[in-house]
Amino acid sequence: MPEVIPDDSVGLVTPQTFHSDTPLTLRSGRVLPQYDLVYETYGQLNPQRSNAVLICHALSGDQHAAGYNSMEDKKPGWWDNAIGPGKPIDTNRFFVVALNNLGGCSGSTGPISINPETGKQYGPDFPIVAVRDWVNSQAVLADHLGIAKWAAVVGGSLGGMQVLRWSIQFPQRIANAVVVASAPKLSAQNIAFNEVARQAIAKDPDFHDGNYLDHNTIPKTGLMQARMLGHLTYLSEDAMRQKFGRDLREGKLNYSFAPEFQVESYLHYQGEKFSTRFDANTYMLMTKALDYFDPAADYGHDLVKCLSNALCNFLVVSFTTDWRFSPGRSEEIVNALMEADKNVSYACIESDGGHDAFLLDNPRYHQVLRAYMNRIANQLEANA
Amino acid sequence: MSPATLQSLRPDLAIIQDWIQPDSQVLDLGCGEGVLLRYLSEHKNVRGYGLEINPDKITACIANGVNVIEQDLNDGLVNYKDSSIDTVVMTQAIQAVQRPDQLLEEMLRVGDEAIVTFPNFGFWRTRLYLALKGRMPMSETLPHAWYDTPNIHLCTMTDFEELCASKNIRILNKTVVDDNHQEHWAIRLWPALLGEVAIYHLTRRA
Repeated sequence: MPEVIPDDSVGLVTPQTFHSDTPLTLRSGRVLPQYDLVYETYGQLNPQRSNAVLICHALSGDQHAAGYNSMEDKKPGWWDNAIGPGKPIDTNRFFVVALNNLGGCSGSTGPISINPETGKQYGPDFPIVAVRDWVNSQAVLADHLGIAKWAAVVGGSLGGMQVLRWSIQFPQRIANAVVVASAPKLSAQNIAFNEVARQAIAKDPDFHDGNYLDHNTIPKTGLMQARMLGHLTYLSEDAMRQKFGRDLREGKLNYSFAPEFQVESYLHYQGEKFSTRFDANTYMLMTKALDYFDPAADYGHDLVKCLSNALCNFLVVSFTTDWRFSPGRSEEIVNALMEADKNVSYACIESDGGHDAFLLDNPRYHQVLRAYMNRIANQLEANA
Repeated sequence: MSPATLQSLRPDLAIIQDWIQPDSQVLDLGCGEGVLLRYLSEHKNVRGYGLEINPDKITACIANGVNVIEQDLNDGLVNYKDSSIDTVVMTQAIQAVQRPDQLLEEMLRVGDEAIVTFPNFGFWRTRLYLALKGRMPMSETLPHAWYDTPNIHLCTMTDFEELCASKNIRILNKTVVDDNHQEHWAIRLWPALLGEVAIYHLTRRA
């Protein structure tokens, strides 16, 4: 709980819900007849409606990117270190929109929502959504908010994939794309990690083929395992060595199979925490969206041709110790953008934070982000 | 940063900008804070990218609206295709890379033309410094001691021209600026001796 809300926080925010009755046809061919999108906004939309920034969340994120929903909150939103008054994404200058994507479990229509056709929760029947479906639904939300063109669309990891998709799907509606710790498509290794995570969930006896809610249970063990695996791939070897080393919980070996090393306890804690807050079907869906993302596939697997559609400026950022979305993957995007003659800047940030670095408060990372966002704000204010 | 003017450019950059065609594409190796690229963009509609590894300079480029790519020149230019850029520029950086000869080849593989500037080690003061003091020359242009200098491959204009000849690189144009970074008649007569900074315009085209 924040005793007092810090000056550089967006403060208390209340999520809002946008309901759409216009059916959304998904990449899979299935149709969502109606849906809700839950979102938060920070800052003020200017009279020209030109200062809006969309934040796209990653695998386990949601609409609560910054500030507090109540004075009882233990922690602020997931990207509070970057969004707020005077922060790199400065809410004194930008109108920031963050939403929970379709298929999520934080209020937007997803597996735990009621299917209007059956009166029951969707569960495993919720259609598999793709990154482009999210972007289409985000465009509908933009229409609702009266935003014809985003000053910037910003996202890390799976969020960065949404940003790339925005740049080619709605080139007229995005002025700047900020793609952090992302990739033009997943590698086989990445897909393999996702599959192990999905199998951990699917093989949990409490999963019941995704119908666990009908059995009044959740596949807690499976979700925990999935998160533990995911979490360790988000960290770097160095960070784990520094954080845990080979430290023992009780200072001595107990010759048992219970967690003895600190790193084991940490993973158990992370898995436990996640398994109680996140829906297993959502986890399955989100990892599928990651696996399917490959925008160049529609252009003969030519990423240059694909990104030639974009009209916006790009900032691409990677982190030295990120091996899940390595700098080389970001450089594929950068090289394709240069070959397509697009405006792009690229920074590879020294960090021991692994893939998680995109959420951390790294001074150089934030300087780069701030410099880029400030320039956008300066131009907007000069044109106002 | 205020809008870039010709007067505000470093003298070697002011000369270079005149050698770059309007509406062309430029790659600036070791682009610093992006001053040249910004000038070229604002005055000659030149599009381009700067390569840089210094974090503060990268941030400055981004703040200046200059396209900057974090890339180590010692890794070469493998991510650029043959003849994909009109002019590849490298100002006062060739002496600091591990293999200037290889990078020069890379520049003219990627670019139709290249522009290179470097501190001329044959400058009369440098020669005098070494001859009289018997020590590695230091100056405003070469401010580092021998043991911590990034300038690991200093050369004279004669050395550089020999390298170009051995690689069949044609010198389209060359000039020098003196220690006040000015051009005048005397240094045009004895550039290899009186020029402190050498400036070359190169191509492989016949």
